Amino acid sequence: MTDKARKSAPSAASAKHLKRRRAADFRFRYYGLTAIFVALGALAVLVLTIGSQAVSAATYHVVRYEVTLDPAVIAPEGASSPQDISRNVEGFYSLVRDNLLTTFPEVGEDRMLRREISDFVTRLAVLPTARMVAEKPELVGANITLTAPLNDDLDLYLKGQGVRERKLPAGVLSRIETGAEGTYRLSGTDAFAGVMAGLAVANVDRPVDAGQPDVLLSAGVSTGRLTAIDAGSARMELLTGRAEDFAQGRPTARIIASPESERTISDRQIAWVLALKEMGRIDRVPRWTLLTNSDSTYPELAGGLAAIVGSLLTMLITAMVAMPIGILAAVYLEEFAPRNRVTEFIEVNINNLAAVPSIVFGLLGAALYINFLGMPRSAPLVGGLVLALMTFPVVIIASRAALKAVPPSVRSGALAVGASQMQTVFHHVVPLAAPGILTGAILGMARALGETAPLLLIGMVAFVGDVPRSPTDESTVMPVLIFSWANNAERSWEPLTSAMIIILLTFLLVMNGLVVFLRRKYERRW
Amino acid sequence: MDTNQGTPAMMDDTLPLSRTADGGPRIDCRNIEVFYGEARAIHEVSMSFPDRAVTALIGPSGCGKSTFLRCLNRMNDTIENCRVEGQILMDGENINDPDVDPVLLRSRVGMVFQKPNPFPKSIFDNIAYGPRIHGLANGREDLDAIVEKSLRRAGLWEEVKDRLAAPGTSLSGGQQQRLCIARAIAVQPEVILMDEPCSALDPIATARIEELIDELRNRYCIVIVTHSMQQAARVSQRTAFFHLGNLIELGDTNQIFTNPREKRTEDYITGRFG
Repeated sequence: MTDKARKSAPSAASAKHLKRRRAADFRFRYYGLTAIFVALGALAVLVLTIGSQAVSAATYHVVRYEVTLDPAVIAPEGASSPQDISRNVEGFYSLVRDNLLTTFPEVGEDRMLRREISDFVTRLAVLPTARMVAEKPELVGANITLTAPLNDDLDLYLKGQGVRERKLPAGVLSRIETGAEGTYRLSGTDAFAGVMAGLAVANVDRPVDAGQPDVLLSAGVSTGRLTAIDAGSARMELLTGRAEDFAQGRPTARIIASPESERTISDRQIAWVLALKEMGRIDRVPRWTLLTNSDSTYPELAGGLAAIVGSLLTMLITAMVAMPIGILAAVYLEEFAPRNRVTEFIEVNINNLAAVPSIVFGLLGAALYINFLGMPRSAPLVGGLVLALMTFPVVIIASRAALKAVPPSVRSGALAVGASQMQTVFHHVVPLAAPGILTGAILGMARALGETAPLLLIGMVAFVGDVPRSPTDESTVMPVLIFSWANNAERSWEPLTSAMIIILLTFLLVMNGLVVFLRRKYERRW
Repeated sequence: MDTNQGTPAMMDDTLPLSRTADGGPRIDCRNIEVFYGEARAIHEVSMSFPDRAVTALIGPSGCGKSTFLRCLNRMNDTIENCRVEGQILMDGENINDPDVDPVLLRSRVGMVFQKPNPFPKSIFDNIAYGPRIHGLANGREDLDAIVEKSLRRAGLWEEVKDRLAAPGTSLSGGQQQRLCIARAIAVQPEVILMDEPCSALDPIATARIEELIDELRNRYCIVIVTHSMQQAARVSQRTAFFHLGNLIELGDTNQIFTNPREKRTEDYITGRFG
């Protein structure tokens, strides 16, 4: 009876109290959910922004050149050994340039135009071909297809990121009259009405002091620049190809808001790249060079191999130094050391060491290893030692936590059957704590892998074009490479930087995955 | 105080083997004092433990019976700030002597804990670990024999003989505790200390362990700490009652439970405190 009464009619005060309590529960649950969503949202934004940038760097455009490996050019008398061939960048480059000059005869002897066409390929881009030919001397004299990456600005243009343009179809051109100095007069009923409308929009969008927008008109492999446009006619300066091409079908007009002087690529280069694309000589291919090339001053040739190898060497040194020191120190402090003022002092200072800003370790490393011990600058050896200094307090703390988590009953069980303390620790306690110890060690290493600041101070920020072969070679590491690339002004470094970040994150994910795997595999219940 | 001559009355018919060749005290403690830092946990306790008999230590919580038990294999050494004074003679040798290696001592004095604590290894390795580190087995066959013998003595062989490779932690609580007893037996101890071995077990498993203790008594000197007075009455031949770090009364179990000399013993046994 009383129970029923209490259930159906709680007193006003207790009902109010209950309500408040439920509201507090409810609020707390939603605070938690909000926090999780904020964190997830931040992560998603990060991955999406970097990822979308990186996707554009995952592929790039390469141009195919059908060339004859003329022995006189690539292996002249007295310089025909494989070494000479592999070093004959100039010879291979001239083959490529001559190929471009024949494709676009309008270049002729004009120095300005010659320079513009030579921008298509950097000299060093032919190096892989030179090395291949050096390995297969039978290719000398043969016809081969040489592929070389396209200049980074043009690559960006083809990806639609470099220069903002608007594509519009023009009308059918009924008349093409030849004018003075390679200009033509094009006309057709309302052929350029769409272009005029497009120009009007472009003019509204642009700042007043900017120059006139450019209008390019292409048909097939031919492209010209339009001036004096009205709805029915326009004057065209032919940039490449033949005027007759414009008589067929409906040419495409491109309105480029920024004038030529403000761009890194000229109208003519755009015309040529469009022509090459129309000829089917440009392919968009996966950019494996990001993993197989080393750093370069040319974005289209740059890759992270040297930095990846540098990072691995550095991590090797860090692991070899930090893990034994950290784990042994933790085992000693946790299992053997007496509890007194000295050990307490050491303990506090290890915790402090873990909280020291990483750049301070860089200063210490520069002073101790480079200045005092005379180790080489910019070397993975020094980098690894510096990062080991930074990592081992973390390893100690994690390992001690793991050792502490081993139940004392295991220790007393082992001691009671007559195991010595050392046997107890190494036969029972450490194996049980191993997953935790490894987790701590790997997480510490992952942190070291992403560290930039201390390495700047020991000179690992230098430009390194060669893959380091030993821990004492000059080297850089992934995060420092990202830092260097992010400092470059050119637009095409941006997607490359993002791609490198994704590679670094992949390494970190692999390490964290390893932690999860080890935990799952070796975690034991007791 | 010592009353170890004469057969414990209640065991007359069940234990003809007892008190034969070496019926003298296995362990003789003289003026044991234990300190935790400055605090004294055990006050000058002197008592002895006969061979081939079970001695029960009873008393309310915090009376020092576990601390006293842990003196007998120097497990107190592992506790920081803990200091043991007095003499504990085993075969005439003071085990508190700094020259005595506690590792060797613990191979002679086995111990079973309150909560079953098998190593997180296979059943086989649980038993084999002790013999291995002490070098008691010559080769695999020898080790197999030791494992089988220990498991048989602990009454576990029939239950686990087909799954020796299974983890020790996969057994039930009672089986785990018998595994721990087998583990203690495997190093051929002379004394087995049991610190409330049944307090984490259900009544059936408890009964099984008690039976086992009764069997083991034929070979070992057993000291058991227990909170259950019924258990003390069932398994032990001698009982010592501790209170506030003092040994209040020591005598044949029968006498302690039926005719205690001390008022405090009587109060405790009849449930007036503790």
